[in-house]
Amino acid sequence: MTETVVKDKKSDENWEPKIIAFLCNWCSYAGADLAGVSRIQYPPNIRIVRVPCSGRVNPYFIIKSLTDGWDGVLISGCHPGDCHYISGNLVARRRFAILNELLDFFGLKNRVQFMWASAAEGERFAVLVRKATKVVKELGPNIKFQKEW
Amino acid sequence: MTIETENKEIENSIKENAKKLLSEKEVDVIIGYSEGSIPLTSTPIFIRKEEDVDKLIWNNLCYINLARYLAPLMPQLCDSEGKALKIGIVAKGCVGRAVNLLAAEKQVDLENVKMIGINCNGNVNRSLIDLEIGEKEILDVSISGDDVIVKGRDWEQKFPYDQYINELCKVCQVKIPSTTGETCVGECQELESIHDEFADVAEYDLKSTEEKWEYIKESLEPCTLCYSCRQACPACYCNLCFVDQNLPVWFGKTTQLPDIMVFHLIRAFHLAGRCVACGACSSVCPVGIDLNKITRKLEEIVKKRFDYTSGLDAETVPPMMDFSMDDAEEFMLEED
Repeated sequence: MTETVVKDKKSDENWEPKIIAFLCNWCSYAGADLAGVSRIQYPPNIRIVRVPCSGRVNPYFIIKSLTDGWDGVLISGCHPGDCHYISGNLVARRRFAILNELLDFFGLKNRVQFMWASAAEGERFAVLVRKATKVVKELGPNIKFQKEW
Repeated sequence: MTIETENKEIENSIKENAKKLLSEKEVDVIIGYSEGSIPLTSTPIFIRKEEDVDKLIWNNLCYINLARYLAPLMPQLCDSEGKALKIGIVAKGCVGRAVNLLAAEKQVDLENVKMIGINCNGNVNRSLIDLEIGEKEILDVSISGDDVIVKGRDWEQKFPYDQYINELCKVCQVKIPSTTGETCVGECQELESIHDEFADVAEYDLKSTEEKWEYIKESLEPCTLCYSCRQACPACYCNLCFVDQNLPVWFGKTTQLPDIMVFHLIRAFHLAGRCVACGACSSVCPVGIDLNKITRKLEEIVKKRFDYTSGLDAETVPPMMDFSMDDAEEFMLEED
């Protein structure tokens, strides 16, 4: 992507962020499905990747998503205690807590969002996706990880 | 007491203990510091015979973390049948911390390790001196009184020790290895926790997101991705590092900013709750990047979140190997 395109993106009022969402198979993916079948509107900005568990989300995935040009990353798993694999999301939570603070330290605050949503919470899923999209939209396009060629 | 005499005293105690351990056959090999082959450095040395003990030294340029050489699968540390040797290791505070960390992660067996504990008097920040001298050739480095004296062909420069001391040594609270008398000869102490205000990083946290990015960008830009920091780190012992994995390629091999950022982000992430604050990474950096800021931040995050300081004992499970139902989750999205 050339610099001019990026500038256009930034000044473009109709610019919409693209967010990659890692959803756990057992809760959040089903939650997103419920939101869909219940006809609850949520922003079309997210592109969903289904993972077995939020504990499967390696921090590499998150950072690689940013370097590959995604404007935001959203990770969603089961509520603590509801994990299909008993403790996968608890392990993930510690990881994300540290990663979140490190990203803040490196000046990449808010680009990566974390949430819990169960299979019965279609409404909550839609609300939180709206919220995450709004936050990332305010940050603007992800140009910090752009290479020169 | 000047730095010079302190160094002499520490050096003598190392030699004395090393000699005793070798003559009583308590250890098979001693890992220590010896005179470096180029100025402003020291080299690790493996001593197996009693008469070689005099090669051991101590000065303020012993910045390498010797626990690096305890990491698993090091062929030198086994006999011909593959049985683990008994190892004596010259341990300043942070080497002691690294040994404890490796033991907590089940990478070394403390029964095979004997530390020679010393009361460390800090290290000089070698990169700072290196940068100041620039391209002039250094012929001789000595420590006299409270100064580091660097000599060249027709020049001489004095560096006062308290101005060029490593930043991490300034705030260090574990100068003596924290362990029990069973695994340690010489000086040791038993610490349960340390009190740290992190006043030196508080200022950084006040910066805005953009200022932080600019600061990090500026300080990491000279990085050439030589991975010296990884090689020197006692906690980096993976058989296959993420930078060497090529299926999939986690980050590109150029020296453009995005790749540098990814390397340092993931390196920092891997060291969360494991970094022992020895400062070896910044001391070996050929372009003088100040990695100590990241180190301190890591310590702060882990201390504030999990009330844990790495390497104080070999029993506590490091926070990233553990989980709990009631961890804080204030960073997660919530409905209003």
